[in-house]
Amino acid sequence: MTGVALAASGPVIPDYGSQSSSCVVHNHFFCTDWIANNWSSVLWPALRGHMLLCLAAVTIGFAISLTLAIAAHRYRRLERPTLLVTTFLYTIPSLALFELLVAPVGPNVFSAEIALVSYTLLILFRNILTGLREVPDEILDAAEGMGMSRRQTLWRVELPLALPAIVAGLRIAVVTIIALATIVYTIYDAGLGVPIHNALGEGPFKTELIAAGGLAIVLALLADALLVAAQRVLTPWTRARAG
Amino acid sequence: MHEFLEAFRFIAHNGAIAGQPALPTLTHLALETLKVGAIGVAISLVIAVPVGVWLGHVHRGSFVAINLGNIGRALPSLAVLAIGDAFLGLGLTVVELALVILAVPPIVTNAYLAVDGVDRDLVDAAKGMGMSSAEILRRVELPLAVPLVFAGIRTAAVFVISTTTIASLAGFSGSLGDVIANETSYHFSGVLGAAICVAALALAVEGVLALVQRALTPRGLLISQPERARGRVADAVTA
Repeated sequence: MTGVALAASGPVIPDYGSQSSSCVVHNHFFCTDWIANNWSSVLWPALRGHMLLCLAAVTIGFAISLTLAIAAHRYRRLERPTLLVTTFLYTIPSLALFELLVAPVGPNVFSAEIALVSYTLLILFRNILTGLREVPDEILDAAEGMGMSRRQTLWRVELPLALPAIVAGLRIAVVTIIALATIVYTIYDAGLGVPIHNALGEGPFKTELIAAGGLAIVLALLADALLVAAQRVLTPWTRARAG
Repeated sequence: MHEFLEAFRFIAHNGAIAGQPALPTLTHLALETLKVGAIGVAISLVIAVPVGVWLGHVHRGSFVAINLGNIGRALPSLAVLAIGDAFLGLGLTVVELALVILAVPPIVTNAYLAVDGVDRDLVDAAKGMGMSSAEILRRVELPLAVPLVFAGIRTAAVFVISTTTIASLAGFSGSLGDVIANETSYHFSGVLGAAICVAALALAVEGVLALVQRALTPRGLLISQPERARGRVADAVTA
């Protein structure tokens, strides 16, 4: 804690002397003490920023995709144009899309979020729509026979049954966004891309590079595992069938 | 929209900037991007298609084949490049290695799904006609699998172009990303112009591959394919 306070009021050129071990000084391949010393000042803020960027993007992307998919489920005509636009957005390489947004929106968190959200749309829209369409006709007939309205059928029958496909889409979207968010640093100072970028400029010292890159990969794999667990809890019937 | 005008002017001048005669042209950088990407896709194809097709043919390894695709997506290009840089030093080899690591998973997953998902009745019919396992693979399963195999290759190609440009951020020079990573020399108009070129390049590659896919697809499949392919991909992702 005192180290952080000192750094904030200290000289502009950071004083590596106070925290550098012989490992850091001699540029050993991986220095665990560097991680311990820089976790709260470098790695954790980057990781937290990364998670917030991704969480916001997936939440907004999911809301938009769900709306679009429900609309396209009801009005088939909407499917083709939506797929065309979302495929177009998905195809544009991330580095280019971020810069293309900077011109009209500016180098800020909004550009970053618009780009990240646009990458979730194709994946989520396609999976939600397929999930909704694959609900068997007999089940829909049964729902109608029970006197359910169209809205009740959607929320109480179709969407729950589409959950496996929806979660499958969420898994892909989350993992993709976590990977892409490392590029956000090119336009907005946030995410794990920041320490990766700094580390790339540091020459022979590799610890920060490996730590920040590794964190991005571990975060993606953890988020994926979490969603798999969530799906198992939310859709007990799929296990019953498989078992 | 002044910036976009400037960007298009930059493209019209093929990337030339007054007072900096030594900079490479945009055409050169676009071709380099394609070259680096094509090498990566070619290596990935040689590795991934046989593995995916064989796993699908023997209907084994679904867990590996499907989850490989998701793990591939979980790897941030920049992190892979950065870690490759840390271990081996950045150069064409590390960039190609990163491209292969990112391109192999979607190709394996789709090739597996494509062959594994060929209608069992058709395979039984082929068996009944006296075809050997190799003949079934070559004359029944592979032609029917082409569209989905190709869908994987398209995904991989788009990944690869994206990653090739990102390699410039890690310090590799030889793609359109060089311009985007070097705002000091090119100013924002140059960065924006290069971004437009990168987007156009990716869309063009995707479009050309879509046409090739259509040309390779057996005629009988063309009518019902979009519907079926889409349903199948989602199935697989669910599994």
